Amino acid sequence: MAGLELLSDQGYRLDGRKATELRKVQARMGVFAQADGSAYLEQGNTKALAVVYGPHEMRGSRSRTLHDRALINCQYSMATFSTAERKRRPHGDRKSTEMSLHLKQTFEAAVMTQLYPRSQIDIYVKILQSDGGNYSTCVNAATLAVIDAGIPMRDYVCACTVGFVDETPLADLCYAEESGGVSSLALALLPRGGQIALLQMDARLHQDHLETLIEAAMTACKGVSKVLDEVVRQHLQEVSVLTGE
Amino acid sequence: MATVQVSEAEKVYILHGIRDDLRVDGRGCEDYRHMEIETDVVSNTDGSAKVTLGHTAVLVGIKADIGKPRPLVPNEGYLEFFVDCSANATPEFEGRGGEELGTELSNTLYKVFNNKHSVDLKSLCICPGEHCWVLYVDVLLLQCDGNLYDAISIAIKAALFNTKIPRVRISTDEEGGKEIELSDDPYDCMRLNVENVPCIVTLCKVGHRHVVDATLQEKACSVASLIISVTHKGTVTCTRKVGGGSLDSESIFEMTEAGKRVGKALHAPLMNVLQQEEHLGKKKQKVGFLG
Repeated sequence: MAGLELLSDQGYRLDGRKATELRKVQARMGVFAQADGSAYLEQGNTKALAVVYGPHEMRGSRSRTLHDRALINCQYSMATFSTAERKRRPHGDRKSTEMSLHLKQTFEAAVMTQLYPRSQIDIYVKILQSDGGNYSTCVNAATLAVIDAGIPMRDYVCACTVGFVDETPLADLCYAEESGGVSSLALALLPRGGQIALLQMDARLHQDHLETLIEAAMTACKGVSKVLDEVVRQHLQEVSVLTGE
Repeated sequence: MATVQVSEAEKVYILHGIRDDLRVDGRGCEDYRHMEIETDVVSNTDGSAKVTLGHTAVLVGIKADIGKPRPLVPNEGYLEFFVDCSANATPEFEGRGGEELGTELSNTLYKVFNNKHSVDLKSLCICPGEHCWVLYVDVLLLQCDGNLYDAISIAIKAALFNTKIPRVRISTDEEGGKEIELSDDPYDCMRLNVENVPCIVTLCKVGHRHVVDATLQEKACSVASLIISVTHKGTVTCTRKVGGGSLDSESIFEMTEAGKRVGKALHAPLMNVLQQEEHLGKKKQKVGFLG
């Protein structure tokens, strides 16, 4: 009966949104002066900070150098005060390592790594407040940070987590919905070509519903990409005004 | 901490400037950089603050939990500190790289707060010997540009000022067991008295003089530093010498006096700013990282 609470008869969710409505996205690029690229993104109550260093020479093990492209190194960590229950270790647990690998996979698909052989690009994402959709917020924040660092990408990478309740796909899940036993699917998309960089789902869903769910996720991601594009253009405008062009 | 490379000529330049009370960015030896403080940045904590001191950025979140009091002091609550040197600050802190610095910082914080007067621990007691409030103070280092101790201590003071601990009622049920009930009203909370919370002042010895709020470049030219935590009355709660060089006793006395003076002068404007922000109440614009 979880479906009854998560989606009311009039079509409203727990926080008053409609099924296809995204949470409010607010973002800012160039938050830190010392890093090569940085961005802060809020998606509803989930807040993520992404910082990019690179491309620079390989640090640590030189043996991992790739002769024809850059190595992307990601770390996902959560602030200890980000979750309702205090988290004892910010990173190093299995979930964070898995998320870091997912982020690496996502950005390897989008960043034009063949332009920087034998070098390394570091992407560090920190979740300051967690309210569901952690992976999507991280990917969106990291996209902005990579753009801020001036590293060329094929396209924006936009991500969204969608769930399936009562034959309806719900876009952009919050924590209450994610933990309410909804089958959730995380999707990272390169919007222009409609290419999927990462697709992850670990719940039970009937095969027939999969296509609808993926379609809903792609629409949501395209919505996010419009917002990100707005943010980047605004930032460019601000910066060019300051430099007097 | 992120290291910066300074050539010999630059070192001499910085040294001569400090000798004449003129630092590279125009400050005097006892001036702080531009500081920005904002409280209530993270909404699911009980208290939070973000401090930017020049390029150093620190975020502190405080969560209050109910726990068992320490056996030696059954009618007091306690504070737990954790400093997370995140990879955001510098790639060297990736993985376990930042653990060493984090442990050093949190150990110093324990020493600074290890006295009866800084925080009124008795007010954190709920039921002597059984339940008490434990305040988990989590410090997140976002950017490193020298002077971490000062920024962290100011952020902790601001976050403690901002902390709202819910009021609890203890009721006894039929079997005689105690039940803790949290008040339903989200505005019914207890605030902490942060008058006596100390602020840390770091003094770096450069040449024959000492500077307050050293940048990474100035730190590279200094031999040793003295960390001193001072309350608003001028009482010292903790002193530590850090750094590989050695200091003579004359310098230490001089630096302690200067530290007490600077530290004492820091508290009044800080409390003013915090109270002004509090008075804005609902009209306060939440900026956080978006500004």
